[in-house]
Amino acid sequence: MIELDGLTKRYGEKVAVDGLTCTVRPGIVTGFLGPNGAGKSTTMRMILGLDHPTAGDVRIDGRHYEQLTDPLTCIGALLDAKAVHGGRSAYNHLLCLAQSNGIPRGRVGEVLETVGLVAVARQKAKGFSYGMAQRLGIAAALLGDPRVLMFDEPVNGLDPEGIHWIRNLMKSLAAQGRTVFVSSHLMSEMAQTADHLVVIGQGRLLADTSMAEFVRRHARSYARVRSPQPERLLDALHEAGITVVPAADGALEAEGDKAERIGELAARHGIVLHELSPRQASLEEAFMRLTAGSVEYHARTEAGPRSWGSGRQGGTA
Amino acid sequence: MTSVRTGRPRQTSPTAGVAQVLRSEWTKIRSVSSTGWTLSVAVVVTIGIGMLISALTRNEYDTMPVRERLTLDPTFVSFAGMTLGQLAMIVFGVLVVTNEYSTGMIRVSLAAVPRRGAFLFGKIAVAGALALVVGMITSFATFFLGQAMLGPYRAGLGDPGVLRAVVGGGLYLTLIAVFSMGVAAMLRSPLLSLGILMPFFFLISNILAAVDSTKKAGRFLPDQAGSRIMQAVPRADEAPYGPWGGLGIMALWVIAALAGGYALLRRRDAQ
Repeated sequence: MIELDGLTKRYGEKVAVDGLTCTVRPGIVTGFLGPNGAGKSTTMRMILGLDHPTAGDVRIDGRHYEQLTDPLTCIGALLDAKAVHGGRSAYNHLLCLAQSNGIPRGRVGEVLETVGLVAVARQKAKGFSYGMAQRLGIAAALLGDPRVLMFDEPVNGLDPEGIHWIRNLMKSLAAQGRTVFVSSHLMSEMAQTADHLVVIGQGRLLADTSMAEFVRRHARSYARVRSPQPERLLDALHEAGITVVPAADGALEAEGDKAERIGELAARHGIVLHELSPRQASLEEAFMRLTAGSVEYHARTEAGPRSWGSGRQGGTA
Repeated sequence: MTSVRTGRPRQTSPTAGVAQVLRSEWTKIRSVSSTGWTLSVAVVVTIGIGMLISALTRNEYDTMPVRERLTLDPTFVSFAGMTLGQLAMIVFGVLVVTNEYSTGMIRVSLAAVPRRGAFLFGKIAVAGALALVVGMITSFATFFLGQAMLGPYRAGLGDPGVLRAVVGGGLYLTLIAVFSMGVAAMLRSPLLSLGILMPFFFLISNILAAVDSTKKAGRFLPDQAGSRIMQAVPRADEAPYGPWGGLGIMALWVIAALAGGYALLRRRDAQ
Protein backbone atom coordinates (compact mmCIF):
# COMPACT_ATOMS: atom_id res chain seq x y z
CA MET A 1 0.00 0.00 0.00
CA ILE A 2 1.20 3.50 -0.86
CA GLU A 3 -0.32 6.44 1.01
CA LEU A 4 0.11 10.00 -0.24
CA ASP A 5 -0.96 12.73 2.15
CA GLY A 6 -0.98 16.29 0.87
CA LEU A 7 2.15 15.57 -1.13
CA THR A 8 3.51 18.78 -2.64
CA LYS A 9 6.61 19.65 -4.66
CA ARG A 10 7.53 23.17 -5.70
CA TYR A 11 10.43 24.21 -7.89
CA GLY A 12 10.66 27.91 -7.14
CA GLU A 13 7.41 29.43 -8.37
CA LYS A 14 6.32 26.37 -10.29
CA VAL A 15 4.19 23.78 -8.50
CA ALA A 16 4.91 20.32 -9.90
CA VAL A 17 2.79 18.35 -7.44
CA ASP A 18 0.04 20.11 -5.54
CA GLY A 19 -1.40 18.62 -2.35
CA LEU A 20 -1.84 15.11 -3.69
CA THR A 21 -3.76 12.80 -1.34
CA CYS A 22 -4.65 9.25 -2.29
CA THR A 23 -4.09 5.63 -1.38
CA VAL A 24 -2.79 2.97 -3.74
CA ARG A 25 -4.23 -0.35 -2.57
CA PRO A 26 -2.87 -3.89 -2.87
CA GLY A 27 -4.35 -6.61 -5.05
CA ILE A 28 -5.20 -4.40 -8.00
CA VAL A 29 -3.43 -2.50 -10.75
CA THR A 30 -3.76 1.23 -10.10
CA GLY A 31 -3.23 3.43 -13.13
CA PHE A 32 -1.60 6.82 -12.56
CA LEU A 33 -2.80 8.91 -15.42
CA GLY A 34 -2.05 12.41 -16.52
CA PRO A 35 -0.81 14.40 -19.50
CA ASN A 36 2.92 14.91 -19.98
CA GLY A 37 4.26 17.26 -17.33
CA ALA A 38 1.39 16.57 -14.93
CA GLY A 39 3.77 15.58 -12.13
CA LYS A 40 3.59 11.77 -12.34
CA SER A 41 7.33 11.15 -12.37
CA THR A 42 7.97 13.74 -9.66
CA THR A 43 5.37 12.01 -7.48
CA MET A 44 7.03 8.64 -8.06
CA ARG A 45 10.47 10.04 -7.21
CA MET A 46 9.07 11.41 -3.95
CA ILE A 47 7.53 8.00 -3.14
CA LEU A 48 11.05 6.53 -3.46
CA GLY A 49 12.60 9.23 -1.28
CA LEU A 50 14.68 10.50 -4.21
CA ASP A 51 13.12 13.98 -4.25
CA HIS A 52 12.29 15.73 -1.00
CA PRO A 53 8.64 16.88 -0.79
CA THR A 54 8.11 20.60 -0.17
CA ALA A 55 5.15 19.62 1.99
CA GLY A 56 3.10 16.56 2.81
CA ASP A 57 3.97 12.98 3.42
CA VAL A 58 4.25 9.62 1.69
CA ARG A 59 4.34 6.16 3.28
CA ILE A 60 4.90 2.68 1.93
CA ASP A 61 3.14 0.01 3.94
CA GLY A 62 2.99 2.51 6.80
CA ARG A 63 6.62 3.56 6.80
CA HIS A 64 8.71 6.33 5.29
CA TYR A 65 11.05 5.21 2.54
CA GLU A 66 14.20 6.05 4.55
CA GLN A 67 12.93 3.82 7.39
CA LEU A 68 12.71 0.74 5.20
CA THR A 69 15.35 -1.90 5.88
CA ASP A 70 16.45 -3.29 2.51
CA PRO A 71 13.88 -1.19 0.61
CA LEU A 72 14.09 -3.28 -2.57
CA THR A 73 12.41 -6.11 -0.65
CA CYS A 74 9.45 -3.80 0.12
CA ILE A 75 9.04 -1.76 -3.05
CA GLY A 76 10.50 -2.25 -6.51
CA ALA A 77 10.39 0.48 -9.10
CA LEU A 78 11.14 1.13 -12.72
CA LEU A 79 11.53 4.86 -13.21
CA ASP A 80 13.88 5.29 -16.16
CA ALA A 81 15.05 2.31 -18.16
CA LYS A 82 18.16 4.15 -19.34
CA ALA A 83 19.35 4.85 -15.78
CA VAL A 84 21.99 2.14 -16.01
CA HIS A 85 25.78 2.38 -16.33
CA GLY A 86 26.28 1.43 -19.97
CA GLY A 87 29.64 -0.20 -19.32
CA ARG A 88 28.25 -2.64 -16.76
CA SER A 89 26.70 -5.96 -17.73
CA ALA A 90 23.06 -6.67 -16.98
CA TYR A 91 24.15 -9.37 -14.52
CA ASN A 92 26.49 -7.07 -12.59
CA HIS A 93 23.92 -4.27 -12.59
CA LEU A 94 21.43 -6.56 -10.87
CA LEU A 95 24.11 -8.12 -8.67
CA CYS A 96 25.20 -4.81 -7.14
CA LEU A 97 21.57 -3.97 -6.41
CA ALA A 98 20.96 -7.40 -4.88
CA GLN A 99 24.06 -7.13 -2.68
CA SER A 100 23.06 -3.69 -1.38
CA ASN A 101 19.83 -5.19 -0.02
CA GLY A 102 21.09 -8.57 1.14
CA ILE A 103 19.23 -10.40 -1.62
CA PRO A 104 20.77 -13.78 -2.46
CA ARG A 105 22.85 -13.91 -5.66
CA GLY A 106 20.66 -16.69 -7.08
CA ARG A 107 17.75 -14.28 -7.32
CA VAL A 108 19.61 -12.36 -10.08
CA GLY A 109 19.39 -15.37 -12.37
CA GLU A 110 15.73 -15.86 -11.52
CA VAL A 111 14.66 -12.35 -12.48
CA LEU A 112 16.80 -12.43 -15.63
CA GLU A 113 14.85 -15.56 -16.55
CA THR A 114 11.51 -13.87 -15.74
CA VAL A 115 12.20 -10.94 -18.08
CA GLY A 116 13.87 -13.08 -20.75
CA LEU A 117 17.36 -11.55 -20.66
CA VAL A 118 19.39 -14.65 -19.73
CA ALA A 119 21.06 -14.79 -23.14
CA VAL A 120 22.41 -11.24 -22.90
CA ALA A 121 23.09 -11.19 -19.13
CA ARG A 122 26.86 -10.81 -19.60
CA GLN A 123 26.62 -8.12 -22.27
CA LYS A 124 27.17 -4.46 -21.52
CA ALA A 125 23.95 -2.53 -21.07
CA LYS A 126 24.90 0.16 -23.58
CA GLY A 127 24.26 -2.29 -26.41
CA PHE A 128 20.69 -2.88 -25.27
CA SER A 129 17.67 -1.75 -27.25
CA TYR A 130 15.11 0.34 -25.41
CA GLY A 131 12.92 -2.70 -24.99
CA MET A 132 15.78 -4.72 -23.48
CA ALA A 133 16.68 -1.85 -21.15
CA GLN A 134 13.04 -1.70 -20.11
CA ARG A 135 13.12 -5.42 -19.30
CA LEU A 136 16.32 -4.94 -17.29
CA GLY A 137 14.62 -2.18 -15.31
CA ILE A 138 11.68 -4.49 -14.63
CA ALA A 139 14.08 -7.23 -13.51
CA ALA A 140 15.57 -4.76 -11.03
CA ALA A 141 12.10 -3.91 -9.74
CA LEU A 142 11.27 -7.60 -9.22
CA LEU A 143 14.66 -8.41 -7.64
CA GLY A 144 13.63 -8.14 -3.99
CA ASP A 145 10.29 -9.92 -4.53
CA PRO A 146 8.61 -6.77 -3.20
CA ARG A 147 4.97 -6.38 -2.18
CA VAL A 148 4.72 -2.98 -3.84
CA LEU A 149 5.68 -2.36 -7.47
CA MET A 150 5.82 0.91 -9.30
CA PHE A 151 6.37 1.43 -13.03
CA ASP A 152 6.74 4.79 -14.77
CA GLU A 153 5.46 4.60 -18.36
CA PRO A 154 6.50 0.95 -18.74
CA VAL A 155 5.12 0.36 -22.24
CA ASN A 156 6.96 3.31 -23.79
CA GLY A 157 9.22 2.06 -26.53
CA LEU A 158 8.11 -1.56 -26.32
CA ASP A 159 7.03 -3.61 -29.30
CA PRO A 160 3.51 -5.12 -29.32
CA GLU A 161 4.80 -8.41 -27.92
CA GLY A 162 6.57 -6.55 -25.10
CA ILE A 163 3.46 -4.50 -24.35
CA HIS A 164 1.36 -7.66 -24.14
CA TRP A 165 3.95 -9.24 -21.85
CA ILE A 166 4.10 -6.31 -19.43
CA ARG A 167 0.31 -6.00 -19.24
CA ASN A 168 0.04 -9.63 -18.23
CA LEU A 169 2.94 -9.27 -15.81
CA MET A 170 1.28 -6.35 -14.01
CA LYS A 171 -2.03 -8.17 -13.82
CA SER A 172 -0.43 -11.32 -12.43
CA LEU A 173 1.56 -9.31 -9.86
CA ALA A 174 -1.67 -7.69 -8.67
CA ALA A 175 -3.44 -11.05 -8.65
CA GLN A 176 -0.73 -12.28 -6.24
CA GLY A 177 -1.91 -9.61 -3.81
CA ARG A 178 0.76 -7.03 -4.54
CA THR A 179 0.28 -3.31 -4.90
CA VAL A 180 0.89 -2.30 -8.51
CA PHE A 181 1.13 1.40 -9.36
CA VAL A 182 1.72 2.21 -13.01
CA SER A 183 1.85 5.58 -14.72
CA SER A 184 0.86 6.42 -18.26
CA HIS A 185 -0.23 9.37 -20.34
CA LEU A 186 -2.40 7.11 -22.49
CA MET A 187 -5.93 6.36 -21.36
CA SER A 188 -6.23 3.57 -23.90
CA GLU A 189 -3.27 1.81 -22.25
CA MET A 190 -4.77 2.14 -18.78
CA ALA A 191 -8.13 0.88 -20.01
CA GLN A 192 -6.38 -2.40 -20.86
CA THR A 193 -4.67 -2.96 -17.52
CA ALA A 194 -5.87 -0.79 -14.65
CA ASP A 195 -8.60 -1.68 -12.16
CA HIS A 196 -8.38 1.69 -10.47
CA LEU A 197 -7.45 5.15 -11.74
CA VAL A 198 -5.73 8.10 -10.16
CA VAL A 199 -5.84 11.00 -12.61
CA ILE A 200 -3.76 14.14 -12.11
CA GLY A 201 -3.33 17.34 -14.10
CA GLN A 202 -0.83 20.08 -13.27
CA GLY A 203 0.00 18.23 -10.09
CA ARG A 204 -3.56 18.23 -8.77
CA LEU A 205 -5.78 15.23 -8.20
CA LEU A 206 -8.57 15.19 -10.80
CA ALA A 207 -10.07 11.76 -10.19
CA ASP A 208 -9.53 8.82 -7.83
CA THR A 209 -11.97 6.19 -8.98
CA SER A 210 -12.39 2.61 -10.06
CA MET A 211 -11.99 1.98 -13.78
CA ALA A 212 -15.61 0.75 -14.02
CA GLU A 213 -16.91 3.89 -12.35
CA PHE A 214 -14.80 6.06 -14.63
CA VAL A 215 -16.20 4.32 -17.71
CA ARG A 216 -19.76 4.63 -16.41
CA ARG A 217 -19.41 8.33 -15.68
CA HIS A 218 -17.31 9.51 -18.55
CA ALA A 219 -18.02 7.31 -21.53
CA ARG A 220 -20.48 9.42 -23.49
CA SER A 221 -22.77 7.70 -25.98
CA TYR A 222 -24.37 9.62 -28.80
CA ALA A 223 -26.07 9.14 -32.15
CA ARG A 224 -24.66 10.49 -35.37
CA VAL A 225 -26.91 11.29 -38.27
CA ARG A 226 -26.29 12.71 -41.76
CA SER A 227 -28.97 13.71 -44.24
CA PRO A 228 -29.14 15.59 -47.60
CA GLN A 229 -32.21 17.33 -46.17
CA PRO A 230 -30.79 18.78 -42.94
CA GLU A 231 -33.44 21.51 -42.57
CA ARG A 232 -36.35 19.05 -42.56
CA LEU A 233 -34.47 16.69 -40.28
CA LEU A 234 -33.75 19.48 -37.79
CA ASP A 235 -37.43 20.45 -37.76
CA ALA A 236 -38.49 16.87 -37.13
CA LEU A 237 -35.95 16.40 -34.36
CA HIS A 238 -36.89 19.70 -32.78
CA GLU A 239 -40.55 18.71 -32.80
CA ALA A 240 -39.67 15.45 -31.04
CA GLY A 241 -37.64 17.36 -28.45
CA ILE A 242 -34.26 15.94 -29.51
CA THR A 243 -31.44 18.47 -29.41
CA VAL A 244 -28.53 18.01 -31.79
CA VAL A 245 -25.22 19.75 -32.35
CA PRO A 246 -23.54 19.97 -35.75
CA ALA A 247 -20.33 18.00 -36.13
CA ALA A 248 -17.35 19.30 -38.06
CA ASP A 249 -18.20 17.41 -41.29
CA GLY A 250 -21.85 18.58 -41.48
CA ALA A 251 -23.35 15.61 -39.67
CA LEU A 252 -25.50 16.04 -36.56
CA GLU A 253 -24.90 14.50 -33.17
CA ALA A 254 -27.46 13.81 -30.46
CA GLU A 255 -26.53 12.90 -26.89
CA GLY A 256 -27.68 9.54 -25.56
CA ASP A 257 -28.97 6.32 -27.13
CA LYS A 258 -31.28 8.01 -29.63
CA ALA A 259 -30.36 6.30 -32.91
CA GLU A 260 -33.52 4.18 -33.03
CA ARG A 261 -35.84 7.10 -32.34
CA ILE A 262 -34.12 9.27 -34.94
CA GLY A 263 -34.47 6.47 -37.52
CA GLU A 264 -38.18 6.08 -36.76
CA LEU A 265 -38.72 9.87 -36.97
CA ALA A 266 -36.94 10.07 -40.32
CA ALA A 267 -39.05 7.20 -41.72
CA ARG A 268 -42.27 8.83 -40.52
CA HIS A 269 -41.37 12.14 -42.19
CA GLY A 270 -39.93 10.51 -45.30
CA ILE A 271 -36.49 12.12 -44.77
CA VAL A 272 -33.55 10.56 -46.61
CA LEU A 273 -30.69 9.57 -44.33
CA HIS A 274 -27.15 8.90 -45.57
CA GLU A 275 -25.85 7.86 -42.20
CA LEU A 276 -27.25 6.92 -38.81
CA SER A 277 -25.02 5.33 -36.23
CA PRO A 278 -25.01 4.86 -32.48
CA ARG A 279 -21.57 5.84 -31.14
CA GLN A 280 -19.57 5.88 -27.97
CA ALA A 281 -16.96 8.50 -27.25
CA SER A 282 -13.64 6.92 -26.37
CA LEU A 283 -12.20 6.90 -22.86
CA GLU A 284 -9.31 8.82 -24.38
CA GLU A 285 -11.79 11.54 -25.17
CA ALA A 286 -13.19 11.45 -21.64
CA PHE A 287 -9.67 11.69 -20.23
CA MET A 288 -8.89 14.63 -22.49
CA ARG A 289 -12.04 16.41 -21.42
CA LEU A 290 -11.16 15.78 -17.77
CA THR A 291 -7.65 17.14 -18.11
CA ALA A 292 -8.40 19.79 -20.76
CA GLY A 293 -7.99 22.64 -18.29
CA SER A 294 -4.69 21.36 -17.02
CA VAL A 295 -2.69 20.35 -20.07
CA GLU A 296 0.59 22.16 -19.92
CA TYR A 297 1.55 22.04 -23.56
CA HIS A 298 -1.46 22.64 -25.80
CA ALA A 299 -1.11 21.79 -29.45
CA ARG A 300 -3.13 24.12 -31.63
CA THR A 301 -5.03 22.50 -34.46
CA GLU A 302 -7.01 24.20 -37.20
CA ALA A 303 -9.49 21.35 -37.52
CA GLY A 304 -11.60 22.48 -34.59
CA PRO A 305 -12.49 20.90 -31.31
CA ARG A 306 -14.38 17.92 -32.68
CA SER A 307 -11.72 16.44 -34.90
CA TRP A 308 -10.49 13.93 -32.31
CA GLY A 309 -13.93 12.47 -31.67
CA SER A 310 -14.33 10.80 -35.02
CA GLY A 311 -12.93 7.45 -35.92
CA ARG A 312 -14.11 5.55 -32.87
CA GLN A 313 -17.18 3.48 -33.45
CA GLY A 314 -19.08 1.06 -31.36
CA GLY A 315 -22.69 0.09 -31.09
CA THR A 316 -22.52 -1.55 -27.69
CA ALA A 317 -22.81 0.74 -24.75
CA MET B 1 8.05 -15.33 -9.41
CA THR B 2 7.60 -16.59 -5.92
CA SER B 3 4.76 -15.95 -3.55
CA VAL B 4 4.31 -12.74 -1.63
CA ARG B 5 6.24 -12.42 1.59
CA THR B 6 4.15 -12.71 4.70
CA GLY B 7 5.19 -9.28 5.91
CA ARG B 8 7.74 -10.45 8.45
CA PRO B 9 10.32 -7.68 8.54
CA ARG B 10 13.84 -8.99 8.05
CA GLN B 11 16.10 -8.39 11.01
CA THR B 12 19.19 -6.62 9.81
CA SER B 13 21.69 -4.96 12.09
CA PRO B 14 23.21 -1.62 11.05
CA THR B 15 26.59 -3.27 10.55
CA ALA B 16 25.06 -5.82 8.20
CA GLY B 17 23.66 -2.88 6.25
CA VAL B 18 27.11 -1.33 5.94
CA ALA B 19 28.62 -4.65 4.81
CA GLN B 20 25.92 -4.92 2.14
CA VAL B 21 26.70 -1.44 0.80
CA LEU B 22 30.45 -2.19 0.72
CA ARG B 23 29.86 -5.45 -1.17
CA SER B 24 27.57 -3.68 -3.62
CA GLU B 25 29.99 -0.82 -4.22
CA TRP B 26 32.82 -3.28 -4.79
CA THR B 27 30.74 -4.99 -7.48
CA LYS B 28 30.08 -1.60 -9.06
CA ILE B 29 33.70 -0.53 -9.06
CA ARG B 30 35.10 -3.79 -10.42
CA SER B 31 32.51 -4.08 -13.17
CA VAL B 32 33.33 -0.92 -15.11
CA SER B 33 36.38 -0.47 -17.30
CA SER B 34 37.22 3.09 -16.16
CA THR B 35 38.52 1.68 -12.86
CA GLY B 36 41.12 -0.44 -14.64
CA TRP B 37 42.42 2.13 -17.08
CA THR B 38 42.57 5.11 -14.73
CA LEU B 39 44.46 3.17 -12.07
CA SER B 40 46.84 1.52 -14.52
CA VAL B 41 47.64 4.88 -16.11
CA ALA B 42 48.40 6.20 -12.60
CA VAL B 43 50.79 3.30 -11.95
CA VAL B 44 52.51 3.35 -15.35
CA VAL B 45 52.94 7.14 -15.55
CA THR B 46 54.22 7.51 -11.99
CA ILE B 47 56.72 4.67 -12.31
CA GLY B 48 57.76 5.54 -15.89
CA ILE B 49 58.53 9.20 -15.22
CA GLY B 50 60.12 8.35 -11.88
CA MET B 51 62.53 5.91 -13.57
CA LEU B 52 63.26 8.37 -16.38
CA ILE B 53 64.08 11.27 -14.07
CA SER B 54 66.14 8.98 -11.83
CA ALA B 55 68.20 7.79 -14.81
CA LEU B 56 68.74 11.38 -16.02
CA THR B 57 69.80 12.46 -12.52
CA ARG B 58 72.39 9.70 -12.40
CA ASN B 59 73.84 10.76 -15.76
CA GLU B 60 73.99 14.43 -14.84
CA TYR B 61 75.20 13.98 -11.28
CA ASP B 62 78.79 14.83 -12.13
CA THR B 63 77.84 18.11 -13.81
CA MET B 64 75.47 19.19 -11.02
CA PRO B 65 76.43 22.12 -8.74
CA VAL B 66 77.97 20.99 -5.48
CA ARG B 67 75.10 22.30 -3.39
CA GLU B 68 72.58 20.29 -5.37
CA ARG B 69 74.74 17.21 -5.04
CA LEU B 70 74.87 17.60 -1.27
CA THR B 71 71.12 18.05 -0.87
CA LEU B 72 70.19 15.36 -3.37
CA ASP B 73 67.11 13.49 -2.16
CA PRO B 74 67.18 10.22 -4.11
CA THR B 75 63.80 9.18 -2.70
CA PHE B 76 62.09 12.36 -3.85
CA VAL B 77 63.81 12.14 -7.26
CA SER B 78 62.23 8.74 -7.85
CA PHE B 79 58.82 10.26 -7.01
CA ALA B 80 59.09 12.76 -9.90
CA GLY B 81 56.23 10.99 -11.68
CA MET B 82 53.76 11.65 -8.87
CA THR B 83 52.86 15.10 -10.23
CA LEU B 84 51.54 13.58 -13.44
CA GLY B 85 50.44 10.25 -11.99
CA GLN B 86 48.21 11.97 -9.46
CA LEU B 87 46.15 13.35 -12.37
CA ALA B 88 45.10 9.79 -13.24
CA MET B 89 44.18 9.27 -9.58
CA ILE B 90 42.03 12.42 -9.82
CA VAL B 91 40.28 11.03 -12.91
CA PHE B 92 39.69 7.76 -11.05
CA GLY B 93 38.18 9.55 -8.05
CA VAL B 94 36.02 11.80 -10.20
CA LEU B 95 34.67 9.01 -12.40
CA VAL B 96 33.87 6.69 -9.48
CA VAL B 97 31.46 9.30 -8.13
CA THR B 98 30.21 11.13 -11.22
CA ASN B 99 29.34 8.06 -13.29
CA GLU B 100 26.39 7.62 -10.91
CA TYR B 101 25.10 11.00 -12.08
CA SER B 102 26.05 10.94 -15.76
CA THR B 103 24.30 7.59 -16.25
CA GLY B 104 21.25 8.33 -14.06
CA MET B 105 22.22 5.29 -11.97
CA ILE B 106 22.10 7.54 -8.87
CA ARG B 107 18.31 7.21 -8.75
CA VAL B 108 18.53 3.42 -8.79
CA SER B 109 21.38 3.46 -6.25
CA LEU B 110 19.62 5.74 -3.78
CA ALA B 111 16.36 3.82 -4.11
CA ALA B 112 18.37 0.73 -3.07
CA VAL B 113 20.30 2.54 -0.31
CA PRO B 114 18.17 5.48 0.88
CA ARG B 115 20.50 6.38 3.74
CA ARG B 116 22.64 8.79 1.77
CA GLY B 117 25.53 8.83 4.19
CA ALA B 118 25.81 5.05 3.99
CA PHE B 119 25.71 5.24 0.21
CA LEU B 120 28.34 7.99 -0.20
CA PHE B 121 30.78 6.85 2.48
CA GLY B 122 30.35 3.19 1.49
CA LYS B 123 31.33 4.11 -2.05
CA ILE B 124 34.23 6.29 -0.93
CA ALA B 125 35.46 3.64 1.53
CA VAL B 126 35.64 1.02 -1.22
CA ALA B 127 37.17 3.35 -3.82
CA GLY B 128 39.53 4.81 -1.21
CA ALA B 129 40.69 1.35 -0.11
CA LEU B 130 41.38 0.42 -3.71
CA ALA B 131 43.27 3.71 -4.21
CA LEU B 132 45.29 2.96 -1.07
CA VAL B 133 46.35 -0.48 -2.36
CA VAL B 134 47.24 0.88 -5.80
CA GLY B 135 48.88 3.96 -4.28
CA MET B 136 51.11 1.87 -2.00
CA ILE B 137 52.09 -0.51 -4.80
CA THR B 138 52.87 2.49 -7.02
CA SER B 139 54.89 4.26 -4.34
CA PHE B 140 57.01 1.24 -3.41
CA ALA B 141 57.49 0.18 -7.03
CA THR B 142 58.50 3.66 -8.17
CA PHE B 143 60.90 3.91 -5.21
CA PHE B 144 62.67 0.61 -5.87
CA LEU B 145 62.80 1.02 -9.65
CA GLY B 146 63.87 4.67 -9.35
CA GLN B 147 66.67 3.75 -6.91
CA ALA B 148 67.83 1.04 -9.29
CA MET B 149 68.15 3.73 -11.99
CA LEU B 150 70.06 6.03 -9.63
CA GLY B 151 72.71 3.35 -9.20
CA PRO B 152 75.50 4.56 -6.89
CA TYR B 153 73.50 7.53 -5.61
CA ARG B 154 70.54 5.46 -4.47
CA ALA B 155 68.91 5.53 -1.05
CA GLY B 156 67.89 2.47 0.93
CA LEU B 157 64.57 1.82 2.63
CA GLY B 158 66.44 1.77 5.98
CA ASP B 159 67.97 5.27 5.50
CA PRO B 160 66.55 8.05 7.74
CA GLY B 161 63.12 9.21 6.64
CA VAL B 162 62.96 6.99 3.57
CA LEU B 163 60.36 4.44 4.70
CA ARG B 164 58.18 7.29 5.95
CA ALA B 165 58.51 9.02 2.57
CA VAL B 166 57.61 5.88 0.60
CA VAL B 167 54.61 5.02 2.78
CA GLY B 168 53.71 8.72 2.62
CA GLY B 169 53.76 8.58 -1.18
CA GLY B 170 51.08 5.89 -1.11
CA LEU B 171 49.01 7.88 1.38
CA TYR B 172 49.43 11.00 -0.74
CA LEU B 173 48.00 9.32 -3.86
CA THR B 174 45.12 7.90 -1.80
CA LEU B 175 44.23 11.28 -0.31
CA ILE B 176 44.36 12.94 -3.74
CA ALA B 177 41.84 10.36 -5.02
CA VAL B 178 39.54 10.72 -1.99
CA PHE B 179 39.70 14.53 -2.18
CA SER B 180 38.59 14.27 -5.82
CA MET B 181 35.69 12.02 -4.79
CA GLY B 182 34.49 14.63 -2.30
CA VAL B 183 34.73 17.44 -4.85
CA ALA B 184 32.98 15.27 -7.46
CA ALA B 185 30.17 14.52 -4.98
CA MET B 186 29.63 18.26 -4.69
CA LEU B 187 29.81 19.05 -8.41
CA ARG B 188 28.21 15.85 -9.86
CA SER B 189 29.41 16.57 -13.40
CA PRO B 190 32.58 14.78 -14.55
CA LEU B 191 33.62 17.61 -16.89
CA LEU B 192 33.11 20.30 -14.28
CA SER B 193 34.94 18.27 -11.63
CA LEU B 194 37.94 17.56 -13.87
CA GLY B 195 37.86 21.12 -15.19
CA ILE B 196 38.32 22.42 -11.68
CA LEU B 197 40.57 19.76 -10.16
CA MET B 198 43.09 19.44 -13.01
CA PRO B 199 44.14 23.10 -13.13
CA PHE B 200 43.90 23.28 -9.35
CA PHE B 201 46.60 20.65 -8.95
CA PHE B 202 48.59 21.21 -12.10
CA LEU B 203 48.61 24.99 -12.52
CA ILE B 204 47.45 27.01 -9.55
CA SER B 205 49.76 25.29 -7.12
CA ASN B 206 52.77 25.97 -9.36
CA ILE B 207 51.74 29.57 -10.09
CA LEU B 208 51.36 30.39 -6.41
CA ALA B 209 54.73 28.81 -5.68
CA ALA B 210 56.44 30.99 -8.33
CA VAL B 211 55.75 34.33 -6.64
CA ASP B 212 57.22 34.99 -3.21
CA SER B 213 54.18 36.71 -1.71
CA THR B 214 51.77 33.92 -2.64
CA LYS B 215 54.25 31.15 -1.95
CA LYS B 216 53.37 31.06 1.73
CA ALA B 217 49.66 30.64 1.00
CA GLY B 218 50.43 28.01 -1.64
CA ARG B 219 52.15 25.87 0.97
CA PHE B 220 48.76 25.17 2.51
CA LEU B 221 47.24 23.77 -0.69
CA PRO B 222 46.53 20.05 -0.38
CA ASP B 223 49.13 18.87 -2.88
CA GLN B 224 51.99 21.07 -1.60
CA ALA B 225 51.28 20.31 2.05
CA GLY B 226 50.76 16.62 1.35
CA SER B 227 53.83 16.13 -0.82
CA ARG B 228 56.11 17.27 2.01
CA ILE B 229 55.91 13.72 3.40
CA MET B 230 57.59 12.33 0.29
CA GLN B 231 60.84 14.22 0.98
CA ALA B 232 63.33 12.12 2.90
CA VAL B 233 65.97 14.88 3.05
CA PRO B 234 64.77 18.13 4.73
CA ARG B 235 64.84 21.24 2.53
CA ALA B 236 66.43 24.61 3.33
CA ASP B 237 63.24 26.66 2.76
CA GLU B 238 61.46 24.78 5.50
CA ALA B 239 57.67 24.97 5.44
CA PRO B 240 56.01 25.76 8.78
CA TYR B 241 55.00 22.12 9.19
CA GLY B 242 56.69 18.74 9.27
CA PRO B 243 56.01 15.74 6.99
CA TRP B 244 53.10 14.46 9.07
CA GLY B 245 51.85 17.97 9.73
CA GLY B 246 51.70 18.52 5.99
CA LEU B 247 49.78 15.29 5.49
CA GLY B 248 47.46 16.43 8.27
CA ILE B 249 46.77 19.68 6.40
CA MET B 250 45.98 17.63 3.31
CA ALA B 251 43.68 15.38 5.37
CA LEU B 252 41.78 18.49 6.53
CA TRP B 253 41.19 19.43 2.88
CA VAL B 254 39.91 15.90 2.25
CA ILE B 255 37.57 16.02 5.25
CA ALA B 256 36.23 19.40 4.10
CA ALA B 257 35.56 18.07 0.59
CA LEU B 258 33.80 14.96 1.96
CA ALA B 259 31.71 17.02 4.37
CA GLY B 260 30.67 19.31 1.53
CA GLY B 261 29.82 16.36 -0.71
CA TYR B 262 27.75 14.69 2.00
CA ALA B 263 25.91 17.90 2.96
CA LEU B 264 24.91 18.54 -0.64
CA LEU B 265 23.93 14.91 -1.35
CA ARG B 266 21.70 14.91 1.73
CA ARG B 267 19.97 18.14 0.83
CA ARG B 268 19.57 17.73 -2.91
CA ASP B 269 17.03 15.79 -4.91
CA ALA B 270 18.66 12.77 -6.53
CA GLN B 271 19.38 13.67 -10.15
